[in-house]
Amino acid sequence: MLDALQGLGRTTLDFFERLGRGHLFLLQTLSKLPGMLLRPRLVLVQLYSVGVLTLVITVVSGMFVGMVLGLQGYNTLVDFGAEEALGVVVALSLVRELGPVVAALLFAGRAGSALTAEIGLMKATEQLSGMEMMAVDPVQRVIAPRFLAAFLSMPLLAAIFSAVGIYGGYLLGVGVLGVDDGAFWGQMQSAVDLRDDIYNGVIKSIVFGFVAGWIALFEGYDATPTAEGVSRATTRTVVHTALAVLGLDFVLTALMFGE
Amino acid sequence: MNSRTVEIWVGVFVALGIAALFMLAMQVSNLGTLSRNDGYIITAGFENVGGLKVRAPVTVSGVRVGRVEAIDYDHHSFEAVVSLRIDAKHDSFPQDTSASIYTSGLLGEQYVALEPGGSLENLKDGDRVQLTQSALVMEQVIGQFLYSMAADNSAADNSEQ
Repeated sequence: MLDALQGLGRTTLDFFERLGRGHLFLLQTLSKLPGMLLRPRLVLVQLYSVGVLTLVITVVSGMFVGMVLGLQGYNTLVDFGAEEALGVVVALSLVRELGPVVAALLFAGRAGSALTAEIGLMKATEQLSGMEMMAVDPVQRVIAPRFLAAFLSMPLLAAIFSAVGIYGGYLLGVGVLGVDDGAFWGQMQSAVDLRDDIYNGVIKSIVFGFVAGWIALFEGYDATPTAEGVSRATTRTVVHTALAVLGLDFVLTALMFGE
Repeated sequence: MNSRTVEIWVGVFVALGIAALFMLAMQVSNLGTLSRNDGYIITAGFENVGGLKVRAPVTVSGVRVGRVEAIDYDHHSFEAVVSLRIDAKHDSFPQDTSASIYTSGLLGEQYVALEPGGSLENLKDGDRVQLTQSALVMEQVIGQFLYSMAADNSAADNSEQ
C-alpha cells in the first residue's frame, strides 16, 4: 500500500521535475538566441541539416496528399454536382490544417529525431561536458543554432507543403478528372481569405516549429547518456512531438476558427 | 560538405519557402482580386437581411461590382443597414437604383443585386439606396402559401354551399 503510494508520488514528482527542467532549458535557449546574430554561420549549417534535408520528403508527401485530397474531394463533390468547388476543398484543408500539421509530423520524424539523436550522442560521448571544460557554453554553441533553425524552417516547410499540395490537387482535378480550370482557381480565390486562412496557417506552423524544436532538443539534452537512453529519447521525441502538435492544433483551431 | 554548397542549398530552401508563401498569398487567397480600400460606399436599409454575410458579393445584371462591407442595425429606423463597397470603376449608378437580396441557387449564399433606375443624378460615396427589397425568409413564404391555400379552400367551400 505504502509502496504504491510512494510509486505514485515519485512518478508525479518526476513528471514535474522534468516539466520544470524543460522550461528552464527553454528559457536558457531563448536567452542565448540574440547571440546567434553574431554567428549566423552556425545557424546556416543547421538550416541545411534541419530544413534542406527535410525538403524532399515534404515536397513528395505534399504532392501525394494534394492528389489524394483532389481525388476524394472530387468523388464526394461530384454527387452534388459541385465539382467546381474542388479547389476550395483542397486549398482550405491544406492551408488551414493539413499543411501545418502534416509538415510538422514529417518534420518530427525526419529532423526532430535526428536532432535528438545527435545531441544525445554528444552527451553520451561527453562532448557537451568537454565544451563546458573549455568554457564554451554548449547551449550557446550547440542548442541555440539548432533551435533557431527549426523555428525558421517549419513555416517555410509548411508553406511549401501547402503550395505543392494545392498544385497536386490542381494537376489531378483539372488535368485528369476534368474540372474546369478557371472555376478551380476562381472559387478558391473567392473562398480563401488571406487573414483568416493563410495567416492562421502560418501562425500554426510557427507554433509547431517552436514546439517541435523545443521537444527534440530537450529530449536530446536530457537523455540518459547511454545507447539505450538515446534510443528512448529519440522515440519520445517523435511520440511527444506528434501528440503536442495534434493537441495544439485542436486548441489553435478552436481559438482561430471557433466563434 | 563544401560550405559554398551548403549556403547555396539553404538559399534555395529559403527562396522556395518564400515563393510558396507568396503563391499562397497571391494565387490561392483573395488578395489578388480584393481591393480593400478603393471604391466608394453606399448604404441600403433592409427590413430583413436574412442570411446575408459581410464580404458577400454585390452584383448588377449578374456581374460582381463590389462587396458587402458591413451589416448593422439602425435603432431609429428599425431596419438593418447594409454598407456596400462598390469598385471605383463602376461609378455611374442612378440615384433611384434599387437593391434586393437574392439567393444564388437553391442552397447558395445570399448576395445583393442592384438594379439601375432612370435618374440623371448618380449615387455618390455615402449615399443611401431608397428602394430595397428584403431577403425572402422561407418560413414567411411557406406561411403565406398555406394562408392563401386555406383562403382558396374556404372560398371553394362557401361557393359549394
